[in-house]
Amino acid sequence: MQVSRKYTKWIAFAFLLAVAAYTVFPIIVVVMNSFKSRLFISNAPFALPDSDTFVGLTNYTGGLMKTGFFSAFGYSLWITVASVFFILLCTSMLAWYITRVHGAVTSIIYYLLTFSMIVPFQMVMFTMSKEANMLGIDNPVGIIILYVGFGCGMATFMFSGFIKSIPIALEEAAMIDGANPVRTFFMIVLPMLKSTAITIAILETMWVWNDYLMPYLTIGTEYRTIPVAIQYLRGGYGSVDMGAMMAMLFLAMLPVIIFYLICQKYIIKGVLAGAVKG
Amino acid sequence: MEKSIRKWFALFALPGLICFLIAFLVPFVWGLVLSFCSFTTITDAHFIGLGNYVRAFTVDGYFTQSFLFTLLFTVISVVTINLAAFTFALLLTRNVPGTNAFRTIIFMPNLIGGIVLGWIWNVIINGVLAAFGMNIMSDPKFGFWGLVVLMNWQNAGYMMVIYIAAIQNIPQDELEAAAIDGADGWTTLTRITIPSVMPSITICLFLTLTNGFKLYDQNLALTAGQPNHGTEMLAMNIFNTFYSRQGFEGVGQAKAVIFTIAVALIALLQLRFTRDREETA
Repeated sequence: MQVSRKYTKWIAFAFLLAVAAYTVFPIIVVVMNSFKSRLFISNAPFALPDSDTFVGLTNYTGGLMKTGFFSAFGYSLWITVASVFFILLCTSMLAWYITRVHGAVTSIIYYLLTFSMIVPFQMVMFTMSKEANMLGIDNPVGIIILYVGFGCGMATFMFSGFIKSIPIALEEAAMIDGANPVRTFFMIVLPMLKSTAITIAILETMWVWNDYLMPYLTIGTEYRTIPVAIQYLRGGYGSVDMGAMMAMLFLAMLPVIIFYLICQKYIIKGVLAGAVKG
Repeated sequence: MEKSIRKWFALFALPGLICFLIAFLVPFVWGLVLSFCSFTTITDAHFIGLGNYVRAFTVDGYFTQSFLFTLLFTVISVVTINLAAFTFALLLTRNVPGTNAFRTIIFMPNLIGGIVLGWIWNVIINGVLAAFGMNIMSDPKFGFWGLVVLMNWQNAGYMMVIYIAAIQNIPQDELEAAAIDGADGWTTLTRITIPSVMPSITICLFLTLTNGFKLYDQNLALTAGQPNHGTEMLAMNIFNTFYSRQGFEGVGQAKAVIFTIAVALIALLQLRFTRDREETA
């Protein structure tokens, strides 16, 4: 009995080791090929670089120039940070308002927001990009409005789910002591929302950072975020410079992997909470 | 208290609502209206009834084809992802050495964006096929199975994390009682583990179902729908209808409405399942 249990444990270990290797393998292939000449990537991506195929950092310098990677990184970072900040601010206030104020208007708002969560982007992409152009918000600042508006369904839903569960007595006490709603919200309610806010921030960050279609359709011709810049390497009908592609894929993954290794605990907790509530 | 909060509508509710109006409500209603209109620029739109909806199916066979492709892909990837994720979760909840490191590594691909993922697998699949003198464009079935492999690589870790949390929540005494009664591994799995994690199975099935059904970025980067629309999924067919042919914007919008209804049906089904479960629980 003991012996067989020990065996199964090592079989499980070996199997998981194989799965982990399979998970890491594609990333290693990308790193390896980013140092190889573009001519040796498509046909032999699994071969290690050798004296014939090694090209040093050529792919990196070429790729950075072709994609404008640094400015793409800047746009991605700015759009993600600003969008997530304003989503958290606007939706926490909105969620508190529609949870505490009862009436037809607030319940209609709640249902519309919930409904927006299930509507796929393809439904609104054409009219949204036309409208963004007409309103003059098709730039890296205006797109924040679009992210707040499209992201506020899920965030408001999750915030108001949590606000419903916290006792109203605390807020009442603050108001009886003379605090107005603004003070009550920012001093009493907001601090209690911290863990929900972290969950929402993680989910929205993953969405905005990786989003391709919205930035492509609204600001893509002038300002490229990282996913748009990478797809841009494909160009028209010509062949893709796979060397530059590999280098840029690695540079695109690097910040995500570092971020994940640092905030792993919060990220796993966040997606778990998001999955169960969403 | 309610009364005094109500007065602050402009501060608390308005900023979010204005964004919601601009980004969602106006484009949604406008899109719905345009799906019944013929137009090339939005100013020359005129009402044509259900014409766009008929044309969505009749103008070429690609919409129906991409619908079937998407359905088949979704069914296969839902099954494989959940089987893989559940297996990993079972193995990672029995004190195997290195459990935390394995969990960290297997979850990681989930954070990488769809475009990046698509290109990574484009290289790998092309590398494998190169040994046989082919590439991913040679046959639509390569793109199909490529997408299945890619989605498993990306999503199995996510579902695994959900299953691990559920398995860890099974009361220890139930498992001990089963062991005392002499239940073997398989009986414990089918009689205790699976029934106890049923809520998580429902969640994961629907998450993978909607993820698969709405897939776009991975599809674009991996094959871009090639060869000859053979690996075009629904979302991409809609995009191409809008943007690659003049005069088909109305048809594209009608397809988008049909797509939305399909996604909404899946969501309603999920709601129904979750409700039933809560009633029986």
